[in-house]
Amino acid sequence: MNRLESAFANKPIFMPYFPLGYPDLETSVDVIEALAKNGADLIEVGLSFSDPLADGPVIQQATQVALEKGITVKKSLEAVKELRKRGVTIPLILMGYYNPMLAYGLEKFIRDAKEAGTDGFIIPDLPLEEAEEFQSINGDMPLIQMLAPTSPDERMEAIARNAKGFIYLVSVTGVTGERREVSNDLGDLIARVRSHTSAPVCVGFGIGTPEQAKQVGQLADGVIVGSACVKMIGSSQKPVETAKQFAAEFRSALSGLRK
Amino acid sequence: MSTTLLPHKFGPYGGQFVPETLMPALIELESEFVSARNDPTFNQEFDKLMASFVGRPTPLTYAKRLSEKLGGAQIYLKREDLAHTGAHKINNALGQALLVKRMGKTRIVAETGAGQHGVASATAAALLGLECVVYMGSVDIARQEPNVFRMKLLGAEVRPVESGTKTLKDAINEAIRDWVTNVRDTHYLLGSALGPHPYPTIVREFQSVIGREAREQMLMDAGRLPDTVIACVGGGSNAIGVFSGFVNDEAVELIGVEAGGSGIASGKHAARFGDATKARVGVIHGTRTYVLQDEDGQIAETHSVSAGLDYAAVGPEHAMLRDNERAFYTSATDEEALNAFQTLCHTEGIIPALESSHAIAEVIKKAPTMRKDQVILVNLSGRGDKDLNTVIKEMGNG
Repeated sequence: MNRLESAFANKPIFMPYFPLGYPDLETSVDVIEALAKNGADLIEVGLSFSDPLADGPVIQQATQVALEKGITVKKSLEAVKELRKRGVTIPLILMGYYNPMLAYGLEKFIRDAKEAGTDGFIIPDLPLEEAEEFQSINGDMPLIQMLAPTSPDERMEAIARNAKGFIYLVSVTGVTGERREVSNDLGDLIARVRSHTSAPVCVGFGIGTPEQAKQVGQLADGVIVGSACVKMIGSSQKPVETAKQFAAEFRSALSGLRK
Repeated sequence: MSTTLLPHKFGPYGGQFVPETLMPALIELESEFVSARNDPTFNQEFDKLMASFVGRPTPLTYAKRLSEKLGGAQIYLKREDLAHTGAHKINNALGQALLVKRMGKTRIVAETGAGQHGVASATAAALLGLECVVYMGSVDIARQEPNVFRMKLLGAEVRPVESGTKTLKDAINEAIRDWVTNVRDTHYLLGSALGPHPYPTIVREFQSVIGREAREQMLMDAGRLPDTVIACVGGGSNAIGVFSGFVNDEAVELIGVEAGGSGIASGKHAARFGDATKARVGVIHGTRTYVLQDEDGQIAETHSVSAGLDYAAVGPEHAMLRDNERAFYTSATDEEALNAFQTLCHTEGIIPALESSHAIAEVIKKAPTMRKDQVILVNLSGRGDKDLNTVIKEMGNG
């Protein structure tokens, strides 16, 4: 069993997102380490891009700060290596837009990411239709596929058929960011996805509180928390302490649901 | 599973680099567009609006005094500045708005740089009874104030964009974010020949009326095809529209003019084809094309005196035309464009948009190198009333 498969041994899992370089590189590495060692089962490690068109204001602003402080793809990959050195053993998935990867060089990017200790990729602007170039170089490392409430059944089937790692189910139409309520239709949506795949189904976009995480965790195999995590930790005077607490709270909200 | 109805790439360029939430909308849009183009009723309705509302065909004007002044080729202007709302943008805005009605959607969002596409979208929305939200960078709002007021008069909501560079690229980001949120009832009325497939094709098709008319008018008025066709290129919709009429006439030279800003060497420009140090093939706003970017793949800030050309990427079909050398691309600086602006005012009694002034600037360079029996056709894509504040500021009060 690889790191990613082991992570799903106990479901539902808690999957926070945090961008490298925010509020600065050193702090972001400490934060991700703290999340990893205090309850996160998998972390989406964010790569920054100047034009993050799938992201809401919180992540836009954080990645903008990271860029202003000088984050690059190269520094981000070195940071992943550093996290492994510090004994972070949970899966780390790189989440970023396609252009910086192209600029770095796809072959080099994929090779360096693997060497650094990455377990997979999430690329929001690379739908199945455009994934061939990346996949021909990538080989067997999971390129996590996203499904949306707007995906019709035939697309769901085509996308889910070859899904590796897990399915990233976007719970609402929209950009990343907290929502007041969990969608009523989420159960039906997850059931639709499950009819096409046995891969774990993780839900993201709009989950901001441990209570919402618990609601979603009753239905899904994993709960993805992005904007709320970035906002809470980013606005804290003691980001690392806040990260520990944040991870522990979400973990405990989900622990009761574990079989 | 990549089975699009229409070709989704232009050589290695184009494609559909968008979040999954939008893929079904792009597939629906393509299928609706294909069925509309095969539907005589749709085409009749479009043609009727082009004639009775937009005022097409727009005239072809022989620029006698400009030709004499430059002393070389004879110059003809395709007068898109005389189309309703003052620019070519209305052709595409009305075409897409008719598609929106067909799809049963009720709301459109649009981006705008110079404001011309925003005004065109607001106009189409008012005419067809659609709700309209226009995203516009706050920098552009400041320099295109008259158009902001126009959009509001036409019933559109103008939402200022404060993120990133606060210009066209950021307005596109916000329009896409709105679209991804409201995709079930909202259409993104993209104004240039860029973005994910099928937009570059749809926009070209609705703008191809420029090239079709111009070709016929050239044959009628000058008795021949032009030797050279010149158009400015931001995203590239007016250029692709006029080029499409001549692309199969191999002897006709096609020239696109990018924004040279303060000069290529200054780094402050929007010349995607002109600056090999900053422009590389990349992916932005759903399409693969030439993109001005830094070495880490972050999209570069651009500069142009004309908001409509101030964009870091170029439409994917232009990238292909450039690679296969069917078209050539050059640039004009802010200063050259402002001089061309004045020249056209004085010699022809026409106040051109600053965007179109870039094309005129190339005419001023090119015409004197040509013989008097040769002919240049330039697409005068828009009128300059919207730019008066900028021009007054740039030229002083003299």
